[in-house]
Amino acid sequence: METGGQNTDPLRAAMPGVEDWFLREIFPLEGLLMHFLRLNWRNKAELEDLRQEVYVRVYEAATKELPAQPKAFLLRTAHNLLVNRVKREQIVPIAAVGDLDEFDAAIDAPGPERSVIARDMLRRLQAALDRLPPRCREVVVLRRIEGLSRPEIALRMGISTDTVSEHLAHGMFVLAELLYGENELGRNT
Amino acid sequence: MSERATDVSREAATWLERREREDWSDADNSALETWLAQSPAHKLAFWRVKGAWSQTERLNALRPTAAQKPAVAPSRKTPTVLRFAAAALAVAAVGGFAASSMLSGPAYKTYSTGVGVRETITLPDGSQIELNTDTSVRVAEASLHRNVVLDRGEAFFQIKHDAAHPFVVTAGNSRVVDLGTKFTVRTETDRVEVALVEGRARIEPLDGNAPTRIATLSPGDVAVAEKDSLRVSTLPKRDLADDLGWRRGVLIFRRTTLAQAASQFNRYNAHKLIVPDAAVAELQLGGTFQTNNPELFARVARDVLGLRIENRGGETVISR
Repeated sequence: METGGQNTDPLRAAMPGVEDWFLREIFPLEGLLMHFLRLNWRNKAELEDLRQEVYVRVYEAATKELPAQPKAFLLRTAHNLLVNRVKREQIVPIAAVGDLDEFDAAIDAPGPERSVIARDMLRRLQAALDRLPPRCREVVVLRRIEGLSRPEIALRMGISTDTVSEHLAHGMFVLAELLYGENELGRNT
Repeated sequence: MSERATDVSREAATWLERREREDWSDADNSALETWLAQSPAHKLAFWRVKGAWSQTERLNALRPTAAQKPAVAPSRKTPTVLRFAAAALAVAAVGGFAASSMLSGPAYKTYSTGVGVRETITLPDGSQIELNTDTSVRVAEASLHRNVVLDRGEAFFQIKHDAAHPFVVTAGNSRVVDLGTKFTVRTETDRVEVALVEGRARIEPLDGNAPTRIATLSPGDVAVAEKDSLRVSTLPKRDLADDLGWRRGVLIFRRTTLAQAASQFNRYNAHKLIVPDAAVAELQLGGTFQTNNPELFARVARDVLGLRIENRGGETVISR
């Protein structure tokens, strides 16, 4: 059974295979996945749901055997999902779903250096933090950077611990969108 | 249609937040397990939000910027006399120092900092010298000659201009003559680097008769004097400000190789960072880091670049 102590440092905690694989190989590709979905799906309100469905399908495959080429597998899954949806719902002709190989080639061409990705992540972290609502950002900073506990933050900011929790949970939600997906959610808020 | 993804994500974030609370119980944990088992979408959303949140551990590295807290060295608030005392103590701590101090004669007063220490000296004329880590300067005591010798390390000078009494900094084989300025001087073996922030200054060789080695610097200019050469380049303001990050206790990296970053950290800390592999040493990284926390930097390098780190007592080895 997990204890609170172990949970405080998820980076160092040993993660079972599939979860580890998702963190390492799949979630970092979310920006790409969202880009692909945005390009090929008209109803932007459904993008997050499509993403969820793609993840579930990838997950189901991964629990049997981890795909050897995560990026290709993720995009193939997304492509198939869109094609099936189009067929099923008869909304748009199949040709509307872009050619996957072409897309794949295009995104493979200017492969960013590892160092660029690394720099990017730090910059994105900072940018993401800047995009949180002010009170929410303050809570996240106090929690994550100053390392204060929930009651300490409540005291410092003169708010209830429940409000601290709300801000934190909202921060966690938005940061996931911004860090992995860079999707519209963050831009609208 | 299954649950909306956004709702699931929000719920996952709520669970994660609850799990980080101080009163998280076994009963809570079973409830979470139940929720996770309800659908792969729940599990994935939880992993995802947890993964993103764990990334924010790196925000630690951005501490001074993110927290928008001016990192003022506590020593700046202490009275001048105390600072001098601290500097004197630091002198005592630096081995092999007494000899050079005696050679310099009684006309000079010596100020030194140990590894990882910063100090600010205020001179009688109001000029200030900020000493960076592992630095030693001698200041001429006679007020008529405003002479400072930088024997080791790096210092930032803010000079009160006085046309009648030029301020002269000697370092290595070079001399910097101030014309009312803010500038830094850093000296290493056979190498002196001068970066001008404000005003004007002249750099010239000590022997004085090599016109190709004399240059007048404008703000943004960085002069590097080596044995027989002088190179002057102009840095963008931002880069110059980055280089002065040490005055706030931070190192600022942009496209900096691990080798460069490690050597920067090693200037400030007894705990050394070692990057034995040449290919690894070339990997680049960016960010703002506190000078006194090489281990945090190592962890960030590990997580960001997918490397391994190993703590071997007095040093941390970063490798593939």
